[in-house]
Amino acid sequence: MKPSLSSALFKRMQLGRRAVIAFPLVWLTLFFLLPFALVLKISLSEAAIAIPPYGPLLEYADQTLHVFLNLGNYLFLLSDSLYIAAYWGSVKTAFIATLACLLLGYPMAYAMARAPARWQLLLLLLVMLPSWTSFLIRVYAWMGILSNSGLINNLLIGLGLIDSPLRMMNTQFAVTIGIVYAYLPFMVLPLYAHLTRLDNALLEAAADLGSRKLNTFIKVTLPLSMGGIIAGSMLVFIPAVGEFVIPELLGGPNTLMIGKVLWEEFFLNRDWPVASALAMVMLLLLLVPIVWFHRYQSRELAS
Amino acid sequence: MSRLRRINFSTFMLVLGLLFLYLPMFVLVVYSFNASKLVTVWAGFSTQWYGELFRDQQILSAVWTSLRIAFFAASMAVCLGTVAAFVMTRYGHFRGKTALSSMVTAPLVMPEVITGLSLLLLFVQMAQITGWPADRGMATIWIAHTTFCSAYVAVVVAARLREVDHSIEEAAMDLGSPPVKTFFSITLPIITPALAAGWLLAFTLSLDDLVIASFVSGPGANTLPMVVFSSVRMGVSPKINALATLIILIVSLATLLAWFFMRRNETRRKAALREA
Repeated sequence: MKPSLSSALFKRMQLGRRAVIAFPLVWLTLFFLLPFALVLKISLSEAAIAIPPYGPLLEYADQTLHVFLNLGNYLFLLSDSLYIAAYWGSVKTAFIATLACLLLGYPMAYAMARAPARWQLLLLLLVMLPSWTSFLIRVYAWMGILSNSGLINNLLIGLGLIDSPLRMMNTQFAVTIGIVYAYLPFMVLPLYAHLTRLDNALLEAAADLGSRKLNTFIKVTLPLSMGGIIAGSMLVFIPAVGEFVIPELLGGPNTLMIGKVLWEEFFLNRDWPVASALAMVMLLLLLVPIVWFHRYQSRELAS
Repeated sequence: MSRLRRINFSTFMLVLGLLFLYLPMFVLVVYSFNASKLVTVWAGFSTQWYGELFRDQQILSAVWTSLRIAFFAASMAVCLGTVAAFVMTRYGHFRGKTALSSMVTAPLVMPEVITGLSLLLLFVQMAQITGWPADRGMATIWIAHTTFCSAYVAVVVAARLREVDHSIEEAAMDLGSPPVKTFFSITLPIITPALAAGWLLAFTLSLDDLVIASFVSGPGANTLPMVVFSSVRMGVSPKINALATLIILIVSLATLLAWFFMRRNETRRKAALREA
């Protein structure tokens, strides 16, 4: 603050500053942070046939405060192998899909960053455009392609390569391809942002000093695009672990994923406490990747 | 030789990736003109499914509901996200900065089922304590969408704010312009393109959301993704293909328009640089 400002004005500005900070802080605390505390609370309460369908955590009766903390929901998750299998299935599927996205997305982003300048904007828009249409409809497109009477099977039978349709719908394969398809743009975008910032002089210097192309790629390009690899991978992996729509539409009874199990506990069984416990464990599982992403992202925001 | 091969490899993957992204959408569009009700068997050209789409009252009213929610959610998200971005890039250090930046980046990756469930539990608890919201519906979806969309807006706007030369704002304030006036007459005009981009992004995100809306909605408020989802669950339907084609058409036209304007601005900027 400049000394020429009178103290009254200074106070008013401090007040204004606080109000400006408070607006997003209060909104996000109320509608983003507080809800997680409620999920924790309800995951510790007992299911009840009531509206809403859970018992109280605190009760004031006989002039004493009764606290019902019940870990039963968490023990229940451990006792039923279905839940553990669903967590494992989610992490495995999300990991494979993330890897596939990276292997396809990295060369794409590399080619985009190396393309002539007047092409780059167009290519970027072409990669992002699908993600601005509808997620649901893009997953739905694969139902018509992968089903037993779908496009691929019709084509293969028509060419005489196979006699009976390959079973692709309702398999692990379908879910993985759905995730790769839906999330690929979110992998390419941060990778492109990093690769396009890469200073060409570094690559030229390496070449001048006699480094071979592959060596330069591994020792210069790859480390300098690590931020993009982390951001892209987390943008795919974390939402994919909790994915509901893709396993619901493309998966089958054998493709257990935790997002779908949570949805069914909540909407079909109406067991809110177990659904909350499922959400808490998922959050715990994703805590490390989320913190990792956040540290990368805040470095980006600060620089 | 090796240089040529490597360039060819990444270019080849780019073409492959683009084909992978666009072929399924192309298939959707082609089969929306199929005369047969079986989506996978071609039985001649027809536009009957478009007619049926426009006679489907449930879909039409869902479109209207979704558009209204998306409009208001995007508008509120732009206000909230812009203030958050401004505070984080211009205010130096303050108490709660770490909390704010965490709450701005976390919604970008948070699985939707967790966000949806947690917000529903909040609304239920609020209704028990304050009596509001008595019915869940458009208002609760609006709050939910505003919250997660504002994170995306904040990222887009913060990126722009970091590019903008801070010294213009400082000069205005040194000359005695109060902070509020400086913001509205200097900062805001410079970041307007980012605000427009953020608004559009928030609008499409809100239009597209199924999971969070399903959790926080009540009876009576059905958004378009909710209606499409309940239809798609039953299997493929050419009516949905027709709807998909229209969505793809609108998004493509908007993108083409954006590309045209962005390229024109770029050319003008370069011309101005040459003259200077």
